[in-house]
Amino acid sequence: MTHIPSPLSPAALATVARLNEISGENVHKCMQCGTCSAVCPMVPSMRLTTRAAMQLLQFGEAEEVSRAEMAKLCASCHTCTVRCPRGIDVARVFEAVRLLTLRDNDDMITLREIPAETLESAPPIAFIAAFRKLTA
Amino acid sequence: MKLSYYPGCTLKNKAQNLELAALASLRALGVEVEEMPRWNCCGAVYSLAQDDLIHQVAPVRNMIRAMERGSDAVVTICSQCYNTLARANRLMANDEEKRGTLNLFMDEEPDYHGQVQALHLLQLLRDHVGWERVRAAVKVPLTGLKAAPFYGCSLVRPCEVSILEQVEARALPVVDAAPPVDPSLGPGSRILEDFLAALGADVVEFPASTECCGAYQVIANPSAANDRAGKVLSAAVHAGVDTLVLSCPLCEYNLGTRQDQGNDKLAALPRVSTIYFTQLLAIALGLADVCQTELNNDATRRLLRARGHVASPAL
Repeated sequence: MTHIPSPLSPAALATVARLNEISGENVHKCMQCGTCSAVCPMVPSMRLTTRAAMQLLQFGEAEEVSRAEMAKLCASCHTCTVRCPRGIDVARVFEAVRLLTLRDNDDMITLREIPAETLESAPPIAFIAAFRKLTA
Repeated sequence: MKLSYYPGCTLKNKAQNLELAALASLRALGVEVEEMPRWNCCGAVYSLAQDDLIHQVAPVRNMIRAMERGSDAVVTICSQCYNTLARANRLMANDEEKRGTLNLFMDEEPDYHGQVQALHLLQLLRDHVGWERVRAAVKVPLTGLKAAPFYGCSLVRPCEVSILEQVEARALPVVDAAPPVDPSLGPGSRILEDFLAALGADVVEFPASTECCGAYQVIANPSAANDRAGKVLSAAVHAGVDTLVLSCPLCEYNLGTRQDQGNDKLAALPRVSTIYFTQLLAIALGLADVCQTELNNDATRRLLRARGHVASPAL
């Protein structure tokens, strides 16, 4: 059997491997049907669709996905996970993208920017969930 | 069946109206639940990373506390607590390797393998009290109240912890099989709807009932969260609901409380009432005075006053 070398750089291959390791999923199972984009409640606020982000991740472009604030805006509502016809737990994939940023010690929330009214009125689970998900 | 009640942080704080109404109603229904001692934070969100076991320690410790008391189940009311405890519990029951690591890490605790059930209060009402008993205990039927169930995310997703379905959807063959239609879904598949029907309310079909409310993004990306709330609430207005019925303090904050906070995404919409399912239960059982409606939004108080469930001054 002829060995066809991957067109991806070693760094990109390493990113794909890392994403798959953290998420326990295989981003290459994605067949680009776009169901996740159609059901994602946050897509209108994101700079990429979920499908486009999955394609970039197949090429190891996690940084571009992070720059588009995909992982920051994903609230892990799991709609994509339960609808994916390929059985990919997409919420876990975006958790992995999030962790690649957070594990570099980069927070995704600026605490000073939280309005006083929110600090006063929001329930504790809002803060715990936001800090768990979005701070290093 | 011995039950341990796990309140979680928010029910002792901003969502006391969720807790007190539930506890008073359970007493009225003759169900004994005791708050478990030494409960700790559930973690609020379930950790989705395979290599992050430390965040499973908190929810698992709560399950161990319940096991030590000889409980068969932990009952939660908050949707986030339910989701986190139920998922961590499934991990302990099904993943031998991770269970081993966690038990070894918590070597001061007795070993645990997921033997205590994690239940949401709605499941307790459906499976252990029964809608018939609830119906029989109703003193003030909610006749004519157009109530729309709002499940949000945590009560129904992922499938393996959904309070609706008891099938392993993820274990079914994907791609080449038709979507599963399981007749056993019948009784459990409309839990909030059945609950509201038992209280005598008119259940309104509502297309956004399992959508995201914006969740904790209200802290990090309030504009995105406001967009979500706006979409859910406008769907509710279109469906002609009197009130949304919730189980989650985060949903209540995003959809209810924030309507009264000058949220410009919601400004163009009529005000929508949002009420916890436990408050409706208490009202129907004749216990309206435990409902603490001062913690709800203005529209809810107006609705309950107009229906004569609460006295006028509580605005």
